[in-house]
Amino acid sequence: MNVLALDFPPVSHLFEWPDMLFGGTAYAVNKTVLIYLAAVAITGAIFLLAGRKTGSLVPAGIQHVAESGVTFIEESVVMETIGEEGKKFVPFLTTMFFFILFSNIFEVVPGIQFPANSRMAVPITLALVVWVIYNFVGIKAQGLGGYLKNSLFPPGVPVALYLIVTPIELVSTFVVRPFSLAIRLWANMVAGHLLLVTFAVLTHTLWTSTYVGAVAPFAMLTLMTGFEILVSVLQAFIFTILTAVYIGGSLHPAH
Amino acid sequence: MLNVLAQTGPGEMLEGLKAIGAGLGYGLAAIGPGVGIGTVVGNAISSMARQPESAGMVRTTMFLGIAFTEALALIGFVVFILLLP
Repeated sequence: MNVLALDFPPVSHLFEWPDMLFGGTAYAVNKTVLIYLAAVAITGAIFLLAGRKTGSLVPAGIQHVAESGVTFIEESVVMETIGEEGKKFVPFLTTMFFFILFSNIFEVVPGIQFPANSRMAVPITLALVVWVIYNFVGIKAQGLGGYLKNSLFPPGVPVALYLIVTPIELVSTFVVRPFSLAIRLWANMVAGHLLLVTFAVLTHTLWTSTYVGAVAPFAMLTLMTGFEILVSVLQAFIFTILTAVYIGGSLHPAH
Repeated sequence: MLNVLAQTGPGEMLEGLKAIGAGLGYGLAAIGPGVGIGTVVGNAISSMARQPESAGMVRTTMFLGIAFTEALALIGFVVFILLLP
């Protein structure tokens, strides 16, 4: 694409990477897969190292990171949205938070600079896992009939309105929820990556042609990098807290 | 202007219209969520200023509200990406 005489790479070049290993098979490994493997390894390493038997009572180093992560999820996600009986979901939510955070944060790591969640596969898989979990929890807590009744026929609505409310609730609870969860994460990462690429290309072009003109886009690039760190953390947090809200909604039906 | 339009082939015209549609569509999709997020954050700030002790709860709810409002803008963004020639 040619935008304002800039040589902007086509969108597919920014998000599709060539296969590195096992090319052509269903198990092909490219940059995105490597980033996900790294995110899994970092998440696992943090909690395995922090959970060693030799851990001290006064947390330091990696143990401090893991403990404050767990406390953060427990206090500002689970206790705010589910309550006391949500404590058993803390390990799941913590793992998911750190996995999404690490696969997002590679967006600003120099030399890698690609948010793995800007490919749709893993966000939609995580969202489907969440979908299965909140439906399972709801059926287990209220029974199949009670769960369907509470989610499709919310109490306190005039009977005639159920003609409109029930189809809307059916679509929004069972169809739109997982997709909006996945699209929220994916689109934020795509937008962030495109933003950083735009200012990087602008900086490069102006640097090679004028030197002085590159100052403004470079300042913007630096600012946006900081902003994208915030967005990476925030999107991981929002994915986790929405999962907790959905689980909480299945556990306690609206009265 | 009309001469220029007459010289382009039908395919190019379609590409151009697609680009215009994508740009306009994203712009229109961003209006509502922009107003909505402003309302959510503004009210959250005023309630935090009135009752600083409930700031934690308000902040969590504020992020939830932002997430739900922002979804509409993001769907507009997805349409923008899909329509790009």
